[in-house]
Amino acid sequence: MKFGILVNEGPFTHQASDSAYQFAKAALEKGHEIMRVFFYHDGVNNANKLSEPQADDRNLVELWGKLGEEHGVDLVVCVAAALRRGIKDDILAPGFRISGLGQLIEAGIVSDRLVVFGD
Amino acid sequence: MMEDDDFEPEAIKRFMYVNRKAPYGTIYALESLETVLISAAFDQDVSVVFLDDGVFQLTKGQDTTGINMKNFSPTFRALEGYDVEKLYFEKESLEARGLTADDLVVEVEILSTDELREIMAAQDVVISA
Amino acid sequence: MLHTVNKSPLERNTLESCMRLAKAGSAILLIEDGVYGALRGTRAADAVAARMNDFKFYVLGPDVAARGLSEAPLIDGIEVVDYGGFVDLVAEHEAQQAWL
Repeated sequence: MKFGILVNEGPFTHQASDSAYQFAKAALEKGHEIMRVFFYHDGVNNANKLSEPQADDRNLVELWGKLGEEHGVDLVVCVAAALRRGIKDDILAPGFRISGLGQLIEAGIVSDRLVVFGD
Repeated sequence: MMEDDDFEPEAIKRFMYVNRKAPYGTIYALESLETVLISAAFDQDVSVVFLDDGVFQLTKGQDTTGINMKNFSPTFRALEGYDVEKLYFEKESLEARGLTADDLVVEVEILSTDELREIMAAQDVVISA
Repeated sequence: MLHTVNKSPLERNTLESCMRLAKAGSAILLIEDGVYGALRGTRAADAVAARMNDFKFYVLGPDVAARGLSEAPLIDGIEVVDYGGFVDLVAEHEAQQAWL
């Protein structure tokens, strides 16, 4: 099955991005396809390569990037939400790209299920 | 959204945007409205629901000058021009907040919980924030 | 429809609204702080127990364990799933609605 995922929160304040990541990993392990993860609202902060969690903490920015690269998951950061929060190409972590909200609607149309994680 | 212009959807899906949060205290209401406006360009079956504190998004008389934020409540009046015509309010949520249709900036459809439940159950994609 | 609820019913009305508007026959999965809604003996438990015939309730095991509740008594009839089970639930239902 083809899943799209929407992540509405950043990597630390809320659990949403962790939940979405665990869900995505489990879906891939079961042989499903994740066609896109769309990052909206504070979710755009998941793409900030300047993020430096403490050494004993998980690094969601890296984890998402690796998931994207290893499984061909399209990681899309909303441009409007990103600009507001200072997320631009020069601080965009590997594996992510910046694009429009239309990419979220397209994910809803093309995927079999759109799964939403937020707060 | 130039990058989406060459995209041809195969079939029309029912998209529902669920708003349960009040405006200004958090950004969800404003950014969700931006999603609704974009979705209008995709020729899908779009509806927008206001529940719980989400009904406060459309109250008349919002004056944000004192908090230096943009009052986006007039934008809801523009939705019709984008062919987004299905705005649903839950009667119970309005009543629980002492509001009636007269308190809102646009004409909306006020549904009973039973009516709304049927519509919500029939959606293909539900986007909430 | 699969409904996911991520808020404690002791703090927010999220689960209450979900149960008011979900159609009978729906599945409700409690995740993150929503897992507190699965506990027996809270002031929110009766409202959940009263809807056992209308909905199939699930709770996300890793979120239960993280909060030290693995041994805590859950409301009868609530099924514990892992992330793989979460994925299956999404696949089995025609759509997901996140109550946030």
